[in-house]
Amino acid sequence: MTAPDPIVVNLIIFALAIFVGYHVVWTVTPALHTPLMSVTNAISGIILVGAMLAAGPAAFDWGGWVGVLAVALASVNVFGGFLVTQRMLEMFKKKEPKKPAPDKR
Amino acid sequence: MSANQVALWYLVASICFIFALKGLSHPTTARRGNALGIAGMAIAVAVTLAVVYSATKNVAMILAGIAVGGAIGAVIARRVQMTQMPELVAAFHSLVGLAAVLIAIAAVHNPTALGLPNPIPAGNKLELFIGTFIGAITFSGSVIAFGKLSGRIGSAPVVFSGQHLLNLAIGIAMLGFGIWFFMADPTVHYWLPFVVMTALAFLLGFLIIIPIGGADMPVVISMLNSYSGWAAAGIGFSLNNPMLIISGSLVGSSGAILSYIMCRAMNRSFISVILGGFGAEGGTVVAGTEQKQVKSGSPDDVAFMLGNADSVIIVPGYGLAVARAQHAVKEMANALREKGVNVRYAIHPVAGRMPGHMNVLLAEAEVPYDQVFEMDDINGDFGSTDVVLVLGANDVVNPLAEVKGSPIYGMPILEAHRARTIIVNKRSMAAGYAGLDNPLFYMDKTMMVFGDAKKVVEDIVKALE
Repeated sequence: MTAPDPIVVNLIIFALAIFVGYHVVWTVTPALHTPLMSVTNAISGIILVGAMLAAGPAAFDWGGWVGVLAVALASVNVFGGFLVTQRMLEMFKKKEPKKPAPDKR
Repeated sequence: MSANQVALWYLVASICFIFALKGLSHPTTARRGNALGIAGMAIAVAVTLAVVYSATKNVAMILAGIAVGGAIGAVIARRVQMTQMPELVAAFHSLVGLAAVLIAIAAVHNPTALGLPNPIPAGNKLELFIGTFIGAITFSGSVIAFGKLSGRIGSAPVVFSGQHLLNLAIGIAMLGFGIWFFMADPTVHYWLPFVVMTALAFLLGFLIIIPIGGADMPVVISMLNSYSGWAAAGIGFSLNNPMLIISGSLVGSSGAILSYIMCRAMNRSFISVILGGFGAEGGTVVAGTEQKQVKSGSPDDVAFMLGNADSVIIVPGYGLAVARAQHAVKEMANALREKGVNVRYAIHPVAGRMPGHMNVLLAEAEVPYDQVFEMDDINGDFGSTDVVLVLGANDVVNPLAEVKGSPIYGMPILEAHRARTIIVNKRSMAAGYAGLDNPLFYMDKTMMVFGDAKKVVEDIVKALE
């Protein structure tokens, strides 16, 4: 038996990743759905990986410039997405109670 | 670095991403999750940089691109206001879509640079075609969504006759050119079908989003979130890159789940949202046949009632965010808590312009998250609550949702009408997005307070002191 084609391997990875995504995302609390969206936005900036390949050809021609533009766009996503998520999550940080008295409950 | 090493590092990065999403299951673990996401991204980028460096040494332009884009992203992230999150996310989605299209263009121009054989094998061409058209639709659709959310273009749906037929025709034409691109003789250039297909996809994205009204924006944003993931996955398939496939699928399924949750919360089917035109009916108020009486009161009355209550639930709607009254509301809640009143917040899933938006706005106002409750967790408590204060919300507390035959029958609502007393703050008696009258306003135990939410709440705070 020979190894399966890359496309078959890719399909297997794809299907399993969707299952993982499905199950993990359902555990996300609804209160954090906006940070979820901004962090997935940053993660979709992973397209940066593809853009980097396009931006570093052996002979740099106009195709390389297209790649560089893609790198810049994806980087906006990566940096902007993670930083704004961090900013939002800071707001959800539990404020230290002014007096150390525990809850009355 | 060998191909195996690269693949294993990509696996590590992918696992980081999975734990990043997992971290968001609770506010206390969420920041660690985000840090893991950053770590995963750093690994993926560093490995890819090493790959490019060992192949061509041409990394200077890549680093320059990252520096420029990263700086822009960092500045935007610092400056954006939390009320602007929906449009920011829409704008970011458009960038992913455009990047996908650009990568595809570069791949068609010079396949070997992206690790593909030249000419591109048929299978990869097919995947390239899929990644490109999803990316193009994501781009133009997100641009329209951004325009609508930021008020740069009207949020009213643009509907014309034959719209769906036109979209269908364009979609079929796009597929046709895609198949031509797929079938084209690899020895000749296949730019023509590729370019036409991409142009049609841009047009289609534009036409798909333009008829969707402002009220449905939470679904649209979630859907575009999903598309941006599928675009990344599609490009991953065409480049045989598992990193892109895994991350793209995670994002794609996340967006799809959020779309589903938003549709369910609005009692709308996904198909009907996509076909659009719903927001058009927003203006048609169901004319009340009889002149119904509402009781209206002043902020002083409200302060008196709230001060004497044991338990209060605040129902914030988007009107509250528009009036930027979150901080005033928190002041009011603190004043009431000092009087020993049990104050809680009840959040409907669509209270805001995107999923979870209201929670972020309250968190920004430093409302502790353990005072904020989801619909399912608090609905049982309304019956035993003294006063419910509805601020800038309408359809999400409309008891018609429990009446068979009403247009919103079945929509999950916050059961504010079960409370002993209901106070509703609105700017006027205008109907909500659904264009429905709200019987809650006419109940004997309901008091209306008209006026801007911020002004009213500030007056209540003054009266409480």
